Amino acid sequence: MGESVIQFLETWSPIDVVLIAQNFDRFLLGAWVTLQLTVISLIIGGALAVPLAIARTSKNPIINGPVWMFTYTFRGTPLLVQTYLIYYGLGQFEAVRESVLWGPVLSQAWWCALIAFSLNTAAYTAELLRGSIVNTSRGEVEAAKACGFSSWMRLKRIVLPSAFRRALPAYSNEVIFMLHGSVVASTITIQDLLGVGRWLNGRYYLAYEGFITAAVLYFIIVLMVSRGFRFWEKHWLQHLYPHDAVKVKPKKGLANFRI
Amino acid sequence: MDVILEYQGQLLQGTWVTIQLAIFSLMFSVGFGLLGAWAKLSKNLVAQKTAAGYTTIVRGVPDLVLILLVFFGGQELANSIGAVTGLWEYAEISQFAAGVATIGVVFGGYMTETFRGAILSIPKGQIEAGVACGMNRVLIFRRIIGPQMVRYALPGFSNNWLVQIKSTALVSVIGLQDVVYNGFVAGRSTRLLFTFMFAVLMIYLLLTAISDLALRWLDRKYSKGIVVRPDDG
Repeated sequence: MGESVIQFLETWSPIDVVLIAQNFDRFLLGAWVTLQLTVISLIIGGALAVPLAIARTSKNPIINGPVWMFTYTFRGTPLLVQTYLIYYGLGQFEAVRESVLWGPVLSQAWWCALIAFSLNTAAYTAELLRGSIVNTSRGEVEAAKACGFSSWMRLKRIVLPSAFRRALPAYSNEVIFMLHGSVVASTITIQDLLGVGRWLNGRYYLAYEGFITAAVLYFIIVLMVSRGFRFWEKHWLQHLYPHDAVKVKPKKGLANFRI
Repeated sequence: MDVILEYQGQLLQGTWVTIQLAIFSLMFSVGFGLLGAWAKLSKNLVAQKTAAGYTTIVRGVPDLVLILLVFFGGQELANSIGAVTGLWEYAEISQFAAGVATIGVVFGGYMTETFRGAILSIPKGQIEAGVACGMNRVLIFRRIIGPQMVRYALPGFSNNWLVQIKSTALVSVIGLQDVVYNGFVAGRSTRLLFTFMFAVLMIYLLLTAISDLALRWLDRKYSKGIVVRPDDG
């Protein structure tokens, strides 16, 4: 039975399913590398983003200016070029090549990708956090002031917790963008999910199999991440949704006019 | 700095390729976006489902994967079709065409959502008023929906466009001689990769900064006469 299925696939399937199945463990390993890179850079980038976002809300140009320069540069240029700059570029300087960090970190593709991804997501996350900090409703801040909160306490207890929650929908986009962006790792020799796909195609001289498998696996990961975020949003943003006592039914007829 | 001036020809040529790639793929993505928004809002169930599938797939798979698939897979497919039908012997897809098509289709998915949202944010009363005046759908689109859609779609459109310009860098991976590719080659032959990649970074920053300014100007132009409510906290 199993034999005949394989034989059937080998003769009739337009793509080599058997080869994909044989190499599937490599794809899973690649997916693991992709997830690792994405999650670790999101954690580092997120940790960097909080102080950067607070600095961006400062009215002092000495604090605000450099951070703005950082976020503007990283958001205005492709992640691919940023990664190349760190991986291929840093070796240009003798001081870097002779430093202790060169051998174990800065000459390693994995670390360079991690640094580039972390800085990139830090810039995007800082800006979206800044947006949600600035949009904190004034009443909440005034109430905290009236209760005698210091500015640090206000930030810690009132502004940031609510800003984090309101930033969640935009942040879910950033997570998916980072996941998509992590394919850049495959261009600097890392065997991430796409890297494995490219390896398979190169090794067996194929055009579809590796890329299609990678595409399907990326798609599954993205789907799971966005489902997870939808659940989270429902959980954390419940208090911001309009809650009607009676569910309003959509009207039929003209009100539903669609083009 | 002198080295960059020495190689400025290659860099400028690459920049020009990048700009062309970005503009052509933008035209594709706007076309696909309008088509997709129309399909998503149509009453036809098949069109709705097709558009939903299109935007889900295109936004779920990283663009580089699709670029590679279209470039290598598309070539193979074209050759197989040629071999079966006997219409052509050997077909080759250019890197530029593969890049324009893929980025156009991918960002068409994002544009679909932007345009759909813009159409939906036009107050229904206006459309109903159009119906009451006896306008047909085409007229309603031309006189009521179309002009206002531009304004509602502009913020999302700006966002997509800025991401799209940066995505064009990925086409260098399949060997298109754009600014990244040319910068990389120049950097490797002079052993000054940092200098050249930094120059490329600055060129991209210039492109996005100019687009940003232009889009802001457009936004002001299309929001003329719109009263913005002061922040009511």
